[in-house]
Amino acid sequence: MSTVSPSTTGTSDRTLDTRARAVGPSRGYWTGFFLVVAVLAAVPYILPEFWQRFATEILIWGLYAMSSDILIGYTGMVSFGHSAFFGLGMYGAAAALLWAKPPNLWLAILVGLVAAAVVAAFVAFFSTRLRDIYFSITTLVFSQIFYVIIFTWTEVTGGENGLTFRAPAFGIPGVFTVPFTRDGMHWFVLGMVVLSYLVLRRITQSPFGMVLQSIRENEPRTRAIGYHVERYKIVSVMLSGCFAGLAGVLYAIQNKFAAPDFVLFLISGEAVIFNVMGGIGTLVGPVAGAAFFLLMKELFSRVFYEYYLIPVGIIFTLMVVFMPQGLLGAWRRQLNR
Amino acid sequence: MIPFDQIFVQIVNGLVNGMILALVASGLTLIFGIMDVVNFAHGDLFMLGAYFGTTAYLYTGNFWIALLCAVLLMAVFGAVFQVAALRPLLGRQPLTTILATFGISLVIQNYALWQYGPVPRKIVEPVTGYFRLFYVDYPWYRLVIAGMSAAIIGGLYLFMKYGKYGIWIRATTQDRVMSQAMGIPVPLVHTVVFAIGAAMAASAGVLFGPTTGVNHAMGFDFTLKAFVVVVVGGMGNLGGSILASIFVSLLESLATVWVSPAQAIIVSFAALILTLLVRPTGLFVPTPK
Repeated sequence: MSTVSPSTTGTSDRTLDTRARAVGPSRGYWTGFFLVVAVLAAVPYILPEFWQRFATEILIWGLYAMSSDILIGYTGMVSFGHSAFFGLGMYGAAAALLWAKPPNLWLAILVGLVAAAVVAAFVAFFSTRLRDIYFSITTLVFSQIFYVIIFTWTEVTGGENGLTFRAPAFGIPGVFTVPFTRDGMHWFVLGMVVLSYLVLRRITQSPFGMVLQSIRENEPRTRAIGYHVERYKIVSVMLSGCFAGLAGVLYAIQNKFAAPDFVLFLISGEAVIFNVMGGIGTLVGPVAGAAFFLLMKELFSRVFYEYYLIPVGIIFTLMVVFMPQGLLGAWRRQLNR
Repeated sequence: MIPFDQIFVQIVNGLVNGMILALVASGLTLIFGIMDVVNFAHGDLFMLGAYFGTTAYLYTGNFWIALLCAVLLMAVFGAVFQVAALRPLLGRQPLTTILATFGISLVIQNYALWQYGPVPRKIVEPVTGYFRLFYVDYPWYRLVIAGMSAAIIGGLYLFMKYGKYGIWIRATTQDRVMSQAMGIPVPLVHTVVFAIGAAMAASAGVLFGPTTGVNHAMGFDFTLKAFVVVVVGGMGNLGGSILASIFVSLLESLATVWVSPAQAIIVSFAALILTLLVRPTGLFVPTPK
């Protein structure tokens, strides 16, 4: 226990991003932002059907990765149990869609978010008392507990088979409703992800976000200044869990099913992989990491079939050893302005 | 009505499982204690060792030779693993080592799936025969497993206590820098300790192989269980991990009297969470001053 050091990120970038905040985002940042969003919005016009669906999936997994970046990159706690929040969002949405007649999109999102938030509060209550690897192991164990519950409680969750349901229609209650097309789904997901990104970005730059980053840099000092560190950690786990739940809801709506496989440990591991590959503490880095991972998965699946994780695992390990900053880590400061 | 006969059988089961788990967990805790590496691939070393055992058994036809071959092979594999993936990470965060070993664990798991396929492999047990234990015919082999595990752990203990290299290992665990200054080749000690941990995991894998068959997914279960007992027993504490292995396995076995084995694992998770909340330094270690 005594060998655990207080800092949780590399020593290379120990600067808080406060100075950058005073400068404000550059024009180049917003140009890049709108360019990327425009390209993503144009995807239904330029990409064939398969790759369009692929792009939608990248956005959903990107949101999931972004949510865990709040913990890994900003608060400095590596969660190995993020799949619990994703899965509970999924099952929450499934429950709402199966129960409500006719299925309502906004109700599904609400129920999914509430389910994820409740679970996140429960997990956070226990796990935030611990630090470093103990936090990781505890979150991992909690996600396994939820997996076992979902897997064995067949009457409610459908057990191994999961739940299937019909997709809800898109609309504003009382104004209009249109059924989801594939293009509409893509734009809806894009809208939710961009909105989440802007909200998360605002949060990480707020005074609250600054406290989270100071916990990452030096927890005892943050406590000494007088911040209630545990409370901040619990809120950060819940925040992260909510957005992971939102990703789960979107995934459930897009694919019209919820399955226990998405609560399994591998999904939690993927969140960490996305973050490390893309660059932690940047919010967009994990999205890039998710895109990179899914593209590699697609590519290697054609050569190695279901054993694609062999080359992907090797690349991941090499990146951990030689490129701990990830793909976008070099632009960390600019991206946090 | 308490089913005493079932409880007794489950106690024996728990002790046997606990000894196997202790064999896996003592390697994990040794590795953590000496170099702050949280080896996420430890269960996969166990699984790969078991597969090597099946291959060696196919060629030699003798269980004990297969066991020896698998152990030696995995020791070499562990040494290569440590030099290639972990030595560059020395001095970085323990969390970085989780990530690196997690990557390796994905590779090992999928390699095993690719090489050996999804159908479980069986190793023929070297000791056949049963004895009567209440309502079941209990295989002698399971008691042999427990005995062998105890012998290997005992051997490790004697080596650590009296062997020259064992003293090197303990010295490096206590103070890395000072040991280096005293002329102990610390990088070599790290590699050897990792090789020992891998070899112990492999021996556990081969011994465990005949009971349920070997499949590529069993590694993760053991990683998780080994994590649980290593934390319950106190990270880096050898004796604590062994006691905790037996304690957690007994709890889990006893739980199967009333719930399904899939749900019984929650009992050990609950034990972990309670331990972390009440006594985060571990149940079976003296209170730190």
